[in-house]
Order: sequence, then C-alpha cells, then structure tokens
Amino acid sequence: MFRSTSERRRRRLLPLALVAVLALLGAGCGGDDSGDDSGTGNGSGDDVVTAGFIYIGPINDGGWTQAHEAGRADAAETLGDTAELTYKENVPEGPEAAQAMRDMIADGADIIFANSFGYGDAIKEVAAEHPDVKFEHATGLDTGGLPNVATYFGASEDTIYLTGLAAGAAIPEGGTVGFVAPFAIPEVIRHINAFQVGVAEVNPTATTKVVWTNTWFDPETERQAADSLIADGVDAIASGQDSPASGEAANEAGLPFVGYDSDQSENLPEVWLTASLYHWGTYYAERIQAVIDGTWETGDYYGGIADGFVSLAPFGDLVTQETRDLIGQREDDLVSGDFYEFAGPLVDQDGTERVPEGESMSLEDILAMDWFIDGVDGDASP
Amino acid sequence: MSGLLVLASTAGAAPDLASSGRGVNSNLFVVIAASAIFYGTPLVLAGLGEMLTERSGILNLGLEGMMLMGAVAATWGSLNVGGPGWFALVAALVAAMVAGALVACVHAVLVIGFRVEQIVSGLAITILAGGAGLSSYLAGSWDLSRGPVPHRLGRFDVLGLGDLPVVGPLLFRQNLLTYASWLLVAALWWYLFRTRRGLHLRAVGESPATADAMGIPVERYRYGHTIAGGALAGLGGAFFPLAIIPLWSDGLTGGRGWIALALVIFGFWRPELILVGAYLFGASASLGLTLQARGVEVSPQLLASLPYLLTIVVLVAVSTGWARRRVGAPAALGTPYERESR
Repeated sequence: MFRSTSERRRRRLLPLALVAVLALLGAGCGGDDSGDDSGTGNGSGDDVVTAGFIYIGPINDGGWTQAHEAGRADAAETLGDTAELTYKENVPEGPEAAQAMRDMIADGADIIFANSFGYGDAIKEVAAEHPDVKFEHATGLDTGGLPNVATYFGASEDTIYLTGLAAGAAIPEGGTVGFVAPFAIPEVIRHINAFQVGVAEVNPTATTKVVWTNTWFDPETERQAADSLIADGVDAIASGQDSPASGEAANEAGLPFVGYDSDQSENLPEVWLTASLYHWGTYYAERIQAVIDGTWETGDYYGGIADGFVSLAPFGDLVTQETRDLIGQREDDLVSGDFYEFAGPLVDQDGTERVPEGESMSLEDILAMDWFIDGVDGDASP
Repeated sequence: MSGLLVLASTAGAAPDLASSGRGVNSNLFVVIAASAIFYGTPLVLAGLGEMLTERSGILNLGLEGMMLMGAVAATWGSLNVGGPGWFALVAALVAAMVAGALVACVHAVLVIGFRVEQIVSGLAITILAGGAGLSSYLAGSWDLSRGPVPHRLGRFDVLGLGDLPVVGPLLFRQNLLTYASWLLVAALWWYLFRTRRGLHLRAVGESPATADAMGIPVERYRYGHTIAGGALAGLGGAFFPLAIIPLWSDGLTGGRGWIALALVIFGFWRPELILVGAYLFGASASLGLTLQARGVEVSPQLLASLPYLLTIVVLVAVSTGWARRRVGAPAALGTPYERESR
C-alpha cells in the first residue's frame, strides 16, 4: 500500500493540470475575442486594422452593451475584410479596464472603443502610454487633452424627453413615475430631467421619483429597485439601467413601463410605452474607416435624432394616437430646432430659476448638469 | 391540479403583493420583509446546498457557477418544453437541479476522486460555468435571450389569505419555490439532527477517519452530499429566470452564489440560521432602495454596501474563540480524506 512520493505527486499533478485546462476553457468560452475569424489569429497583420471594444456588461444584457455589440456587428459587416473587430465583455471600471486595453494593444489593436463612463481614467492612462493607438470613449466628458482620445455619445435626452411625454400621458393627473436610475452622474441626471420635462408637459402636476441603484447592470437589484418604487405607490416605471429587468416588476404590477436601450415591445406588450434607443454602428464604421484611411482625428461626437443615432422604440398599445401625434410633432420640432427640452424657464427642485425664459442651456451646460429640475423627487448628489 | 395551474400562471396574471399598497400592508416593515423573503429565497436554496456539501467536509466555491448553470437550464426548460404550463415549469426545475448536480459531479470527482485542492477546483468551476463561461456559451447557442420565459412561478394567494394584515404578504403570497424552501429547511434540520444518516454525515465532516473506522462509507457520503448540494444550488439559480427576471442575460445571478457561501458561515452550518441570514441579506438590500423610494435621505452607497458590511461583521463574530468553540465549521472541511495517508 506504500506509494512513492514522486508517484503520489504525479497523481496530484494530473488533476491539477486538468483543472487548469478546464479554467482556461472556461475563460476561452467567454468570447473574449470574437473577431471575424479572418485569417491570422495574431491580429498583428499590418494590412488589417484591428478595433477592440471594451464592454462594461455582457453582450446580451438586453440593453446597453447589447446595443454596442449590435453596432460592432453592423460595422464589421460594413467594413468587411478591411478590419478586424474584437471585444471583451464584463470589464469592470478601474484597473482591470486599463489591463484589458493593454492586452488588446498587445494583440494588435489600432483603435479601442470603451463603452462606459467610468473607463475615463483607464483610457487616459493607457492613451498616454500608447500615442499611436486611438481611443474612443462612449459617454466620456473629456479627452484629457490627449490627441489620440475622442469621446462620443448621443443626444438621448431628446428621445428620453419624448418617452416622458408617453409616460406623462399614461398616468393619472398629478401621478408619479418611478425612475430606476444607475448613478448620480451628469449623464443620468440630464436624462431624468429631460424625462420630467416631457412628463410635466402633458401632465403638469405629475412628478418623477428617483431611486439610485448604484450599478449599471445587476438585473436583480434593478428589479428590486422597481419593486420598492411600486410598493411606494408610483403609477409607472421608467428605467435608465442597462438591463430591462425593472420592466418585469412593472409588468407584474400592471404599470406602464418606459425602457432604455432596448425594444421590449414584444416581451412586455401589456405595459410597454416606448424607449430611447442608440444606433452605434454607423459611427463605429466611420471611425474605423478613418483609421484605415489615416484620417482619424480627436473629437467629441454627439449624435442626435437627425443623424439616426438616437430613436424611439415602437410604441406600445398604451400610447394613444393623440400622444403619438404629439410625440411625432415634438420629434420634428427637435430636429428643426423649433423646440428644445432644456429651454427656459427651468426651475430647480428648490425653486431657484436656473435658466430664464428665452434662454437655452448649451451642450456644455447639459453635459455638466448636476441638479434636478422641479418635479423630480430625488437627491441629485446623494 | 388546479393549484399547479395557478402557479404556472403566465406573466401579468400573477397577483402582486406590492401594488396592493394599502393599509398596514404598505407599512415599511411589511414591504421590506416581504421583499426580503422573495429575494432571499435563492440564497436560502443555494445556502442549504452549500451547507449539505460542507457538512460532508467538502468546500464548494463553485456555487455561483452551479447557480448559473441551474438558471440556464431552467430558462431553457421554460422556453422549450412543450405541454401544459405546469409541466414545463416542473421540467425547468428538474433541468436546473440536474444541471447543478452535473457541475457538482465534476467538482466531486476532482476533489474526492482525485483529491484536487478544493479551493482551486471550486474556483475553476465558477470560472468555467460562470457569467463569461459555459452558461453564457450555452445561453448563446440556445438563443435564450430571444424572449422572456413563458412559464414562471407566479405568486399565489394561499386560501385567499394574501390580504391579511402583515402575515398575508409575508406568508400567504409567495411562490412555490419559497414554500419549498421552507419545507426544505425543516426537512434538512430533521435530517441533520434527528436521523442516523445525518449523524453519519456530520461525523464524516468532523472526522472522516473516525467515521471510516465506524464503517461509514466516507466517499459515498461526500459524493452524495456534494452532488445534492449542487442540485440545490441549481434550484436556487432557477429562481432567477422563473421568478425574478424572466429575460435571460449573462451573469443573471449577479454574484449571489458568493453571498450564499458566506451565509453558510453566517448560519453556523445550521439550516434554520441560514434561512434567517438569507432574509437578513434580502432585507438589507431592500432597505436602501425602499428608504430612497420613501424620500428618506440616506447615502445609497452606504445602504448598497450594507449586505457586505453585514457579512464582514458576521465573519469577524464567527471567528471569535467563543463562537468557534460552540459552532465551528466541520473540522475536516476542505481536507481530502485518504485512508492510508498520515
């Protein structure tokens, strides 16, 4: 029954190796790299431009990251063999993001798109190390003065304002919409304000009540936040989260629901109003093409309804023809410039006038918005 | 059969506890407690599974992976199994348990058969099956995010008692799996502390050599309870698509498997305390959100970190000498048993 040490060690090493292989397999299955399977896997081929995408969530989160992934797929189709488009999903904000970017650069990435606000520091850090690689920061506020960093986003406040019209019309007079919101940052605050402008336009005494989840993507927490708003008696639910999970709480309670980033009209037919959607693909294709042509420059793209960058999802049955007509009218007005949701007079929660009658907020102002307008029930700096 | 038909109700038809929002049942305590029970249920199930596994001396850090595999299997079942709703639902639950058990089999073979380091194997399994691994691969190839699952565990009103003040929403308006978890707590308590098998299991976890000398088949106990633990973790995972969020997204369980792991320590390896712990976690998560919804100004960051602060406090408390002497972990937890080794 005696076994030599070396034999025993061998017996232990074999399964350890097995575990290591399993773990590697697991990491491999995760779709770190989807690519287009085009020829050489090392990605360092000089004739093909490589674009890397860093995603905050999983590619099928049913919202934000899924929309970016759809954009990547569109761009890949447009660009064909001239570019290789890879991605990494579930990349946390912080040091891991910088590591993911460095890995992509080591794999030959010429341009990196990163799809979350919190990647800003990592982008600036890595961009300074690699001046020859281009960086594109979705929802970013600034380029840090680096010539190889650009920011891009869409004027979804315009479309979210339109969803506010739908919500305001769907609730009783003076009712409340519960807003499930991720983080108290200008992007989200601006969206909630635009939403409330829409709600109040059709329902002057109605309010929007905000609950912060402090997460972009956590389906259970998102739903739990919606549940807590419903328990408090709100008349509808709106979401600014990456997944449509809060829609399920609304669905179970039979309350109208405004989504974000994804069309759930078929999944939640009974409670669906509409949602603001992004279409990233055209921008991605253009920017990668610019790298191929050597014409890429820094910039701060802000796509609007007119560019087809943001749009509304199909309406649900709860949206009346009258409301649809109004929304259509306002959409035209936004495009023509006859209307702007952030035109004065705008009063904040404390009753202080922030924007006087006859004036409008500049893009710079709305990108830095850190206060809630009158009618929003929540804390803008929790 | 009509009972089963009720719980197989499709979305929208289920009565909602929250929107009843009137009288004492919209009181802060009742709202939070009801939410704690609902969101605590997957933690109870997975925690009980881990407890069974650890009682046999096997540490299973693959819990999160097993929950996710259960979630994938349940989603697949609800989307693809034909026949009446209750049948699809039962099939989804069985599929989830089988999936969790299969993953647990891998862990069992590695750590019991090959005596691989249990921590390494558990972590490997969570990576393999986890949010960016096999579960996401399967979800992708089965196209599970094509739509919400059609058959779900609706909340149902037991004997029409759901509107009773306080106890109505808490006890009589939950779903099948929550009621099952209560029965399971009682059954496992009985099993552990009132049956010969349970005694043998505890012996295997405390001192496998002694158990072996007594003629208890140590390996068989360890295999059995590791696999059963995996099945329960799978069942806990099934709660996510079938009750909480019917539309599949990767990483659906959001790390709740790790909380369930902590709960086993929190609950001193006892079923009834694991239930209490799970509901405390559910309540602390709900508290922050509910207070916000009611306009109470407290830092949401602080409230969001409550469950984790709670974990740290309990882990520190449990590691004190007093607690260790009274309610320590199974003594042989994490150590492989080899009959001739010394």
